[in-house]
Amino acid sequence: MSGEVPAIAVRGLVNAFGTQVVHEGLDLDVRRGEVLGVVGGSGSGKSVLMRSILGLRRPQAGSVRVFGVDALSRVAADRHAVERHTGVLFQGGALFSSLSVLENIALPMQEQLELDPDLLHALCWMKMRLAGLPSDAGHKLPAQLSGGMRKRAGLARALALDPPLLLLDEPTAGLDPVGAAAFDELLRSLKQALGLTVFLITHDLDTLYAVCDRVAVLAERRVLACAPLAEIERLEHPWVRQYFHGPRGRAARREV
Amino acid sequence: MSDPSPPLFVDPEQPARLRAGGDWTLAEAQRLQAALTRAGPAEAVDARGIGQLDASGAMLLWRLCRQLGLEDEAPALREEHRPLFAAVSGICRNPPREIRRDWGLRALLGRIGWTVQDNAREIIALLGFGGQVLLTALRVAPRPGRWRITSIVAHMETVGIDAVPLVLLLSFMVGTVVAFLGAEVLADFGASIFVVELVGIAFLRELGVLLTAVLLAGRTASAFTAQIGAMQSGEEIDAIRTLGLDPIEVLVLPRLLALVLMLPLLAFLAMLAGIAGGVVVGATLLGIAPEMFIARFQETMELRHFLTGIAKAPVFAVVIALIGCLEGLQVQGTAQSVGERTTSSVVQTIALVILINAFAALWFMEMGW
Repeated sequence: MSGEVPAIAVRGLVNAFGTQVVHEGLDLDVRRGEVLGVVGGSGSGKSVLMRSILGLRRPQAGSVRVFGVDALSRVAADRHAVERHTGVLFQGGALFSSLSVLENIALPMQEQLELDPDLLHALCWMKMRLAGLPSDAGHKLPAQLSGGMRKRAGLARALALDPPLLLLDEPTAGLDPVGAAAFDELLRSLKQALGLTVFLITHDLDTLYAVCDRVAVLAERRVLACAPLAEIERLEHPWVRQYFHGPRGRAARREV
Repeated sequence: MSDPSPPLFVDPEQPARLRAGGDWTLAEAQRLQAALTRAGPAEAVDARGIGQLDASGAMLLWRLCRQLGLEDEAPALREEHRPLFAAVSGICRNPPREIRRDWGLRALLGRIGWTVQDNAREIIALLGFGGQVLLTALRVAPRPGRWRITSIVAHMETVGIDAVPLVLLLSFMVGTVVAFLGAEVLADFGASIFVVELVGIAFLRELGVLLTAVLLAGRTASAFTAQIGAMQSGEEIDAIRTLGLDPIEVLVLPRLLALVLMLPLLAFLAMLAGIAGGVVVGATLLGIAPEMFIARFQETMELRHFLTGIAKAPVFAVVIALIGCLEGLQVQGTAQSVGERTTSSVVQTIALVILINAFAALWFMEMGW
């Protein structure tokens, strides 16, 4: 693997639902080792973009490469390679409700690898703690967890296979400000310790300022701009101006 | 990427030092674990030869250090691996408490106790719910503006009219089977004609309404539980409450009324279909012409058979609707809970319907009805 290949490379992506076009010729690069924040209004296709990268949705046109491998490939081995290299945290956590937290984390490892039960348990437990969950959370069911804990459990499961690339869909949505700040801190420390590349969809300006290296703005069916925050702020685009210079944007910037 | 060199080997220059090499990643975890168990005593670990290191590999590296009694001195690491090892070893220093689970005799007794208690609670809940629904019905009854006619009619269509083909088909089939079985036995006595009484009484008194009730228990009670359960897990029931509405009035009463109105009608259709099955078997296999079948039916059948049968229909309707709705309201959040409650509602309704039917048969017989 050469360092030149970006973690994610999207070229000419077209996504449409019937007559409603969501993406039209969308290009996006996510560099290795960076945290890329993806922002955009509701309905601008952030989640659709993520689903296209993951191969959960087949776009009408365009190519998606994850670490140089075609994510839309019909070859099972390519798909498998992409799956092994990506960890996903869905918006609601998407934990399997009938399994305990540890079982949720163990599931991908059990299916993909052959490990001793003892080693498996130790690895799951370590990943649970890595995601910032207390040690007594392991045997709880997802329904018994608070919103913040559920996100952490989802993150632990995303980390189960030690993927170099993490895709997060609004990880701090629905968390109280204290919980959201703690999650931001967790992301930052994990990124530093594990050297992760992170694709982060968020509405949360605080998260953007706290953890993102670059920000991609999705509007008008494409990536309007992809640059460090300081440059994005200076952009003369009505939506971007409202987003970053509205009352909430100002408050978030003041804190940094 | 995979390195052919062994993950652990003794330093050729310093025999007291272990050197780690290759990739220490999750994919190699099992091999690394095996290497760890083989590793002999050493005084230091040199991990600078490691190519790729991930969290799983870092944990194994820490385990190696612990195994060698070197917990407090970090191994020699490449610069980029240090933060990861520090994070993982920080976690691993506080191992989990083992949770002991008891699978023995005590657990068995405990579970029996819980189950008994659960069932008792379920019965009390059902009785309480029945009373609640009755009170709500009485409160709503004098105010026709709150009868929710649209909702009742919509439910009448889904629980009643949509079920007609299924009820007709299954009753007809059971009717033919009963006639056939009866004929086998009665033919030995030269009394094949008594098939008319057999099919007639069986369907008017018992089978027509029982078949319908069991079918609707599977078809409608489960639907009620799933509908209301999904609303419960989506907090819709709570929303109804906060809007000053009564879930029993809005959700339960229309379903109950629709079922009470439709189940007797369906049971009547089931009786007709079952008897039609008898007529067909009689005409084709037993040499009883349809006219003869119907003439004998008119001669021998009494109205009381029909009445004792159809009288049970509204009772079954109430049981099915109450259990279906109650189980739905008891759903707790998860999709799994919806599934469990739906199963439980079907099992409970079918069991109760058959139980009530048996007691009713006994009672009607003793009363000479």
